[in-house]
Amino acid sequence: MSAEYIIRAEGLKKHFNVGEIRALDGVTASIRKGEVVVVIGPSGSGKSTFLRCLNLLEVPTDGRILFEGEDITDKKANINLHRQKMGMVFQHFNLFPHMTILKNMTLAPVKLLKKPQKEAEAQAMSLLERVGLADRANAYPSQLSGGQKQRIAIVRALCMDPEVMLFDEPTSALDPEMVGEVLEVMKELAREGMTMVVVTHEMGFAREVADRVIFMADGKIVEEGKPEQIFSAPEQPRTREFLAKVL
Amino acid sequence: MRPSASQSWLLDAPDWILNGPEWLYNLGYDIYKSFIYDNRYQMYIKGLGNTLLLTFLALLIGVVLGVIVSLIRVSWDKNHTEMRGTGKAVLGFFNVVAKVYLTVIRGTPMVVQLMIMYFVIFASSRNKIMVGALSFGINSGAYVAEIIRGGIMSIDAGQMEAGRSLGFGYVSTMRYIILPQAFKAVLPTLANEFIVLLKETAVAGYVGLADVTYAGNIIGGNSYDYLFPLLMSALIYLVLVMFFTFLVGRLERRLRNSER
Repeated sequence: MSAEYIIRAEGLKKHFNVGEIRALDGVTASIRKGEVVVVIGPSGSGKSTFLRCLNLLEVPTDGRILFEGEDITDKKANINLHRQKMGMVFQHFNLFPHMTILKNMTLAPVKLLKKPQKEAEAQAMSLLERVGLADRANAYPSQLSGGQKQRIAIVRALCMDPEVMLFDEPTSALDPEMVGEVLEVMKELAREGMTMVVVTHEMGFAREVADRVIFMADGKIVEEGKPEQIFSAPEQPRTREFLAKVL
Repeated sequence: MRPSASQSWLLDAPDWILNGPEWLYNLGYDIYKSFIYDNRYQMYIKGLGNTLLLTFLALLIGVVLGVIVSLIRVSWDKNHTEMRGTGKAVLGFFNVVAKVYLTVIRGTPMVVQLMIMYFVIFASSRNKIMVGALSFGINSGAYVAEIIRGGIMSIDAGQMEAGRSLGFGYVSTMRYIILPQAFKAVLPTLANEFIVLLKETAVAGYVGLADVTYAGNIIGGNSYDYLFPLLMSALIYLVLVMFFTFLVGRLERRLRNSER
């Protein structure tokens, strides 16, 4: 059955200080192709750690991750090749400050996918066009606002033609008036059928865009289901308690 | 009563100085002894050439060595908890070598290192520039390594994560993303290290390398008057340092402009 899943995490554990802190305590989850999965939960629940484990930015203490049916936690797996197909967007954008926007976007396709510079630039420009930032192609990241930076970070990841996009609290570092423009780009991406895993505190986004919502607490998945079900009729008391606080 | 003077001075000097007031006569004679007699000015020029050559070669060696050592140190510090097997053993070995190098070089005086290199390790070599450049380069490398290590550590961890998440390996991320930023961050400190290095080559005379300081010292000894020869040596260093400070300032401004 693994073929219909693009990512499958089995029994993921991440312990720090020899098991004293259990950021992840046995998480099993699957992401289907074209699915938008939103992970919610209180801070310290392990949702970011879970996301970062999916492309091994965080190496799990135990458990395994199958990406397109291949065990990427295996020592022999070439994680760099797998990461090329998993785009990631960070809370703090992490654009490269010493490069122009265009260079930020073309560096990886040119060096890793061996695309000709011209072709990579054309692709980058058309992506910039779509997020309305084509006029900033030759600017440096420090010249952009937070919302612009995050939109660039999203299209930078898209330049690698990823199979799946991972979002780690993409709007948490933004001023409130800039959250909308970033969510808009993400919604469009979802409409186009991109597979997305999103860790966020934006409940409105989860309700509107998610195919499935995962609620995590204390390093475990407490509840998962359709957004309508999670938000209007949560089964677990822990979920109800959390939603009562944030909604 | 005129002080005794060499025959050539009395022959070469113009009459208006020879017959001028006593302070002018003395000043003229001092300058003559320090720079003109016996073509002594050529010693300063040769010394300047040697100082620049020595500094330049040492700088090259120092930067190459510094980058390598700093990368070994940083890679070990950041990754050793997650590494295992042969890779860990190899990197661990180089890390120990790097640490010993840093401790020994930074813990002993430059002059002693230079003399050990010239009189002991390369006792059979008469190529003073080569041995000098190697000594100063190895010495400078230790300081450059710590400067660059500081620069690399000052770069936000998110930059490494962003590079890795795009599919770059550790080494490529270092090369394209971390090191260019680190270099920019430490450029003023590196420039300072370069100026320190330039002035530190003044001890090259300990092994008879004829640099700027050596020229001033020898001429002072030969003419029994150190004032002008040593002032000239000092002036040459001062002009060099001011010139390089100016160049670095321009370079820094250009790098800064590229981000605004």
